[in-house]
Amino acid sequence: MNKPLIDIRNLTKHFDRGRHKIRAVDDVSLSIEAGEIVGLVGESGSGKSTLGRTLLGLDRKTAGKIFYKGSKLPTVYRAKDFHRYARSMQMIFQDPYSSLNPRMTAGEIIGEALRLHSDLNKSDIAKRIEEWLVKVGLNTDHLGRYPHEFSGGQRQRIGIARALILEPDFVVCDEPISALDVSVQAQIVDLLVELKRSLGLTLLFIAHDLSMVRYVSDRMAVMYLGSLVEIGRSDRIFFDPKHPYTELLIGSNPEPDPNQERSRQKVQSIGEIPSQLDIPTGCRFANRCPHAMAICHDVNPVLRIVSHEDDKRLVACHLYE
Amino acid sequence: MALLEVSDLHVEFAVHGGSVQAVRGASFSVNEGETLAIVGESGCGKTVSVQSIMGLIQTPPGRITRGSAKLRGHDILGGQAADGREIRGTDIAMIFQDPMSSLNPTMTVGAQIAEPLIVHRGYSHRQAMRRAQELLEMTLIPDAASRIKEYPFEFSGGMLQRSMIAMAIACEPSVLIADEPTTALDVTIQSQILDLMVDLQRTNNMAIILITHDLGVVARMANDVAVMYAGEVVERGAVDDIFYRSAHPYTVGLKSAMPTNRRGAVQKLTPIQGTPPDLFDAPAGCGYYTRCPYAMEVCEATPPIVFDVDREHQSRCWLHHKDCLQQVTQIYRP
Ligand SMILES: Nc1ncnc2c1ncn2[C@@H]1O[C@H](COP(=O)(O)OP(=O)(O)OP(=O)(O)O)[C@@H](O)[C@H]1O
Ligand SMILES: Nc1ncnc2c1ncn2[C@@H]1O[C@H](COP(=O)(O)OP(=O)(O)O)[C@@H](O)[C@H]1O
Ligand code: SF4
Ligand code: SF4
Ligand SMILES: [Mg+2]
Ligand SMILES: [Mg+2]
Repeated sequence: MNKPLIDIRNLTKHFDRGRHKIRAVDDVSLSIEAGEIVGLVGESGSGKSTLGRTLLGLDRKTAGKIFYKGSKLPTVYRAKDFHRYARSMQMIFQDPYSSLNPRMTAGEIIGEALRLHSDLNKSDIAKRIEEWLVKVGLNTDHLGRYPHEFSGGQRQRIGIARALILEPDFVVCDEPISALDVSVQAQIVDLLVELKRSLGLTLLFIAHDLSMVRYVSDRMAVMYLGSLVEIGRSDRIFFDPKHPYTELLIGSNPEPDPNQERSRQKVQSIGEIPSQLDIPTGCRFANRCPHAMAICHDVNPVLRIVSHEDDKRLVACHLYE
Repeated sequence: MALLEVSDLHVEFAVHGGSVQAVRGASFSVNEGETLAIVGESGCGKTVSVQSIMGLIQTPPGRITRGSAKLRGHDILGGQAADGREIRGTDIAMIFQDPMSSLNPTMTVGAQIAEPLIVHRGYSHRQAMRRAQELLEMTLIPDAASRIKEYPFEFSGGMLQRSMIAMAIACEPSVLIADEPTTALDVTIQSQILDLMVDLQRTNNMAIILITHDLGVVARMANDVAVMYAGEVVERGAVDDIFYRSAHPYTVGLKSAMPTNRRGAVQKLTPIQGTPPDLFDAPAGCGYYTRCPYAMEVCEATPPIVFDVDREHQSRCWLHHKDCLQQVTQIYRP
């Protein structure tokens, strides 16, 4: 088997809040093969963005190892590390409003990474910027305009061009469509999938919208309170979730089809996600889980393989032990 | 007769150098015990439409220039505010997308729920607080007795939205307007809130107007649907008409741009190209003209009229004109 492009082992990221520790990412392991799209889903506050940011060195990890093409990434990123890895790994952000500098033109924003991290000359940079404008569905009229002169969808196109102009191998997309209108979401998703194909990108696609994640990703990882509870092929997980939390998420996802909704089985949904400040011992989902058993309150279940079909499903739940 | 009937609503806002035509022809209605979903993307006039009903349009800069909103046959819009004010907050209540911004941060949640009961229903403070606790229990907030003494910042997003619902139903309104009540919430919490609304509707026989941009939420909740685009209601009908017999190109476009999860079905999303028009410079003809795959010459300058597609199913599109010869497969034309 190939070496994975990204190999995350026991990654942990804690934030200090006063005397408390927020365990935003807690012992997460995940490997991502070159060319695949892995979707990352979970409720707000489950640690998805933190995982993405820590992966790229934007947040400093507390513990664990990350390998990129087999070589270990630094714990503390120095300027030269950013310089070195910016060409390989990039991020696209949720909010196309706040993630673009309002005082820079679209052209300057898109070209910034080239100026910082490449040794192309001015005219080559200008050429590349124009190429990328067109690739993301904008045109040269847009070069000199400022972010506020664009719609949300157009701003996200600028964000995509900015991230991809260095032609990285790996891109973390943190909710790239959540802030967009329904009619524009599909445009951006199509663009990402198309660019992924033509450039051979590998994506970690973070999103709230389960149907969209299923649509774009090959595999899906489900995160709850800082840890991964299920990993597997997106279709398989969607139609046959194993972990009770995954079941709850998918069962709650409304389908745009009245007949399907009328025949839906009501999911038993109790309580809310507990605070990161006091993560329960044992299974973190136990206080909301309709299947919780005595052992669940004491022993933290770990991810293990529950099916060996083409899916190699990993689930962290005592029901499958 | 529908319980609440809005006809031909027009609302504009004065802005620097002209006006924004925020609502340019919205007609919809809702029956007792039923749910109307108003669906459409951001900026298409959903919020302004219901704010008009609630008397929340600030004048100036806002102005309702045409139309009516009748509750049990009585107009409650604009000028006749004396009538309107009494009704709003008691007979029609509203909950908002962002509960934090509509709650008072310096007052306990209990006191805020109790207030309308004291003001509108003449409850004593003690009676009102007891009722507030009951209402929080009805909306499934755990430990309601101690929660009524807490402040909004001590509540999670889901609990805040539940408290908003408790406050809105305190005076047993006959119409509950919910403007994107679950957009900011996780799907799991969204599910709980939607279930709660359905349960309350069953017990109180309340009519609900639910604003959303999520067709999944529409499919789950609605009896009837009004699809809004660029300030206009472009299609109206029963929920099955809208999903299975879509008559307006925008409705079809929205449906094809959203993934569905039918087992085994291979799916391909079809994005709607372009963006919605600017309502500062509202289009002369059909609002959807620049994005519509079926656009015809007539559509550019002549605004389409509303056609009856079926009984109780209307579409604002020239494709339904009897002289239109264009063959379209996805559009329902009986
Ligand atoms: N810089 C920080 N300092 C302290 N706590 C943080 C910081 N960044 C994130 N957190 C906390 O870490 C946890 C995980 O946050 P994160 O933003 O990763 O969640 P998420 O899954 O991306 O949520 P959402 O779906 O809302 O984007 C939360 O409890 C959050 O408050
Ligand atoms: N106070 C205001 N002043 C000027 N324009 C406004 C005001 N409120 C709303 N609008 C405009 O009216 C249109 C409809 O807005 P809104 O009803 O909030 O849309 P929706 O709720 O469908 O997202 C938008 O173009 C919006 O910018
Ligand atoms: S380990 Fe126990 S509590 Fe946790 S998800 Fe499985 S059954 Fe539920
Ligand atoms: S009136 Fe014309 S442009 Fe408008 S939706 Fe119908 S076909 Fe399309
Ligand atoms: Mg996030
Ligand atoms: Mg709105």
